[in-house]
Amino acid sequence: MAHFLTEEMILNMGPHHPSTHGVLRFILQTDGEMMRRAVPDIGFLHRGIEKIAELVPYQSFMPFTDRIDYLASACCNLGYAVTVERLAGIEIPEKADYLRIIAAELTRIGSHLIGLGALLLDLGAVTPFVHALRERETFNDLMEALCGARLTHNYVRIGGVSHDEPPSFREKTRKFIDHIENEFIDEFNELASFNTIFINRMVNVGVISPEQAIEHCLVGPNLRGSGVKYDVRKNDPYSIYDRLDFDVPVGHGKFGTLGDCYDRYWVRVEEVRESCRIIRQALDQMPESGAIRTKLTRAFKPPKGEIYVRTECPRGEMGFYLISDGGASPYRLKIRTGSFTSMAIISEVSQGVMVADLVAIIGSFDIVAPEVDR
Amino acid sequence: MHSLAGIIYDFLVARFGRSDLLDPLFGLAGYLIPCFVVLGVVSTISGLLTYFERKVSADIQNRIGPNRVGPYGIFQFVVDGIKLFLKEDIIPDAADKFLFRLAPYIVFSSTILAAIVIPFGGPFIIADLNIGLIFIIVVSSLVVVGFLMSGWASNNKWALLGGIRSAAQIISYEIPAAFSLLTVVLIAGTFSMQEIVMKQGPWPWNWFLFHNPFTFIAFFIFVISGLAEINRLPFDFPEAESELVSGYNTEYSGMRFGVFFLAEFANIFVSASIAAAVFLGGGNIGLDPYKSGIVYQLLMVLVFFAKVLTLCLVTIWVRWSLPRLRIDQMMSMCWKYFIPISFSCLGLTAVWLLIFNGNGIFWRISG
Repeated sequence: MAHFLTEEMILNMGPHHPSTHGVLRFILQTDGEMMRRAVPDIGFLHRGIEKIAELVPYQSFMPFTDRIDYLASACCNLGYAVTVERLAGIEIPEKADYLRIIAAELTRIGSHLIGLGALLLDLGAVTPFVHALRERETFNDLMEALCGARLTHNYVRIGGVSHDEPPSFREKTRKFIDHIENEFIDEFNELASFNTIFINRMVNVGVISPEQAIEHCLVGPNLRGSGVKYDVRKNDPYSIYDRLDFDVPVGHGKFGTLGDCYDRYWVRVEEVRESCRIIRQALDQMPESGAIRTKLTRAFKPPKGEIYVRTECPRGEMGFYLISDGGASPYRLKIRTGSFTSMAIISEVSQGVMVADLVAIIGSFDIVAPEVDR
Repeated sequence: MHSLAGIIYDFLVARFGRSDLLDPLFGLAGYLIPCFVVLGVVSTISGLLTYFERKVSADIQNRIGPNRVGPYGIFQFVVDGIKLFLKEDIIPDAADKFLFRLAPYIVFSSTILAAIVIPFGGPFIIADLNIGLIFIIVVSSLVVVGFLMSGWASNNKWALLGGIRSAAQIISYEIPAAFSLLTVVLIAGTFSMQEIVMKQGPWPWNWFLFHNPFTFIAFFIFVISGLAEINRLPFDFPEAESELVSGYNTEYSGMRFGVFFLAEFANIFVSASIAAAVFLGGGNIGLDPYKSGIVYQLLMVLVFFAKVLTLCLVTIWVRWSLPRLRIDQMMSMCWKYFIPISFSCLGLTAVWLLIFNGNGIFWRISG
């Protein structure tokens, strides 16, 4: 036996792996536990949603936007609706605007609950995930009362929303956000966020500098985790976000380096609080009664033209680039999603970390597989 | 020497009379009967522990837990076992079939071997070996062979990683665990488990846990290294679900997986029993375990199991509230902190015994 030959091992992580959050695949080059490279291999969940948009009428595409990001369907609905409305110049009733914002922000809370919980689940802590799911159950009930669906809401429609608020919706929502803001987040932080093992797993792992984040087009909480104060709701307000008062939480290296996994995690925790603030204001300002939908013609045809609209989804900026040739369905619809952009940086930040760290990195980006592929 | 085997032998001889023909048979029966009883008891206890874990975790997570089979779902583990028996048993084509089949039983038998020297309270110990503690330390490291074997034989990279992790982890944590057990051996002056229990007393201030500050530290080091040795969270690296899919048992299905599962819970029980017997006085209620009546002997068993169950509860509680460490953090914790601390505990206990003439801290306080 002359000497030990060590060679790199090619590990295939996914498409069926407990911590890839859906059908995602990573090709890992590892030296034992140390990782040389992780190359994401995407496309397992491609459903041709952009192509479908060219084949169906404008209104009929709305249910498909639910499926772009199934954890935050109301936010995707809102993005598409705003895009078409701006192109066609549709005015929508004031009450519908408030209902949209409430639905979108509730969805953001629900989505972040899953994101935070799933990250902890990947790190081996099961209980915080179950506790987060318990709160999400209340959110599901609220949305069910509002529009009848629990996951793919299809609530926001072009020209308004599908249903008016049910009786006692406001009280229930207030109770929910009070519970989240005053009780749940503190309890969750005590259980998980400030756990020493968890902090040690998250700090100084997957560090992304602000320059690097901008270079790689990171969006949403992943960008803000690197300390860049950019939120579409503030910087390019759509709907009625300019009437509402809220802060944009950014990472500042809470326990370690600026832009590490913990910062991205913590930005999401803070965002849940901000969403609660937004919902509370929207509930106060929302008119008691009024129309909720502008009637569109049955064969709705926006004028010829093109438009790009950005909205802030839980996973970051979601852009809809819509070209209309004046027909009954879009000529071309391009959807830009947050998860897709964060996939690109994974191979860069995962160099030289351990396999266990990759799990934390993927989790901290809060990637949802269908959003990557559309 | 008192032992269950001897008692059974004496009973059989008294019942059937002494003869050269039957004598070896009686001797064999004296050892075999307790072995089978313990195999049954430990398996049942680990089955009940799975139920216990599911109920406790359900309580922690605001769920109800199993409640369908039997009163409060207590027979859930039986049904789980039947389900695993009925599952198709798959052996991968590329696996090393012999090693693949052998591995689960090595893991399980090493656990059961350790149960041989556990004093269940009263006279209930299969073999009161005079090297009891050493025996436990030796057989519990046998688990590594099974884990490595299953990881290698599966011909699966994730399983191999799990096997390697378990080898690194269990061998490392063996050292602090052994050192902290040796701390007690210094005080007790014997390796025999029964005698270690008998040298303690019924009350907490008689326990070796509170003998001196160093045994107190050693106890916690033993419990934490015990967690690592039995692959429980926060140290469940060999089967880290979200990292290695399922680690060394990725390719296992059916009853072979069930044996791994059983071994894991039997390990919890064995580890808790060692801690209870060595540090917490075991089943000692201040009476002679061999000469007192059956009621007192059963009371000893009850006391022992109360202590063990409490420790099991802590194990499960930790499992369901903490995230997992990273493998390098776990290794540095062992080599940088646990081994030096446990080693100094051993040395300082020796110094303590020298200075205070072998007396504990409560003896000093009470004068």
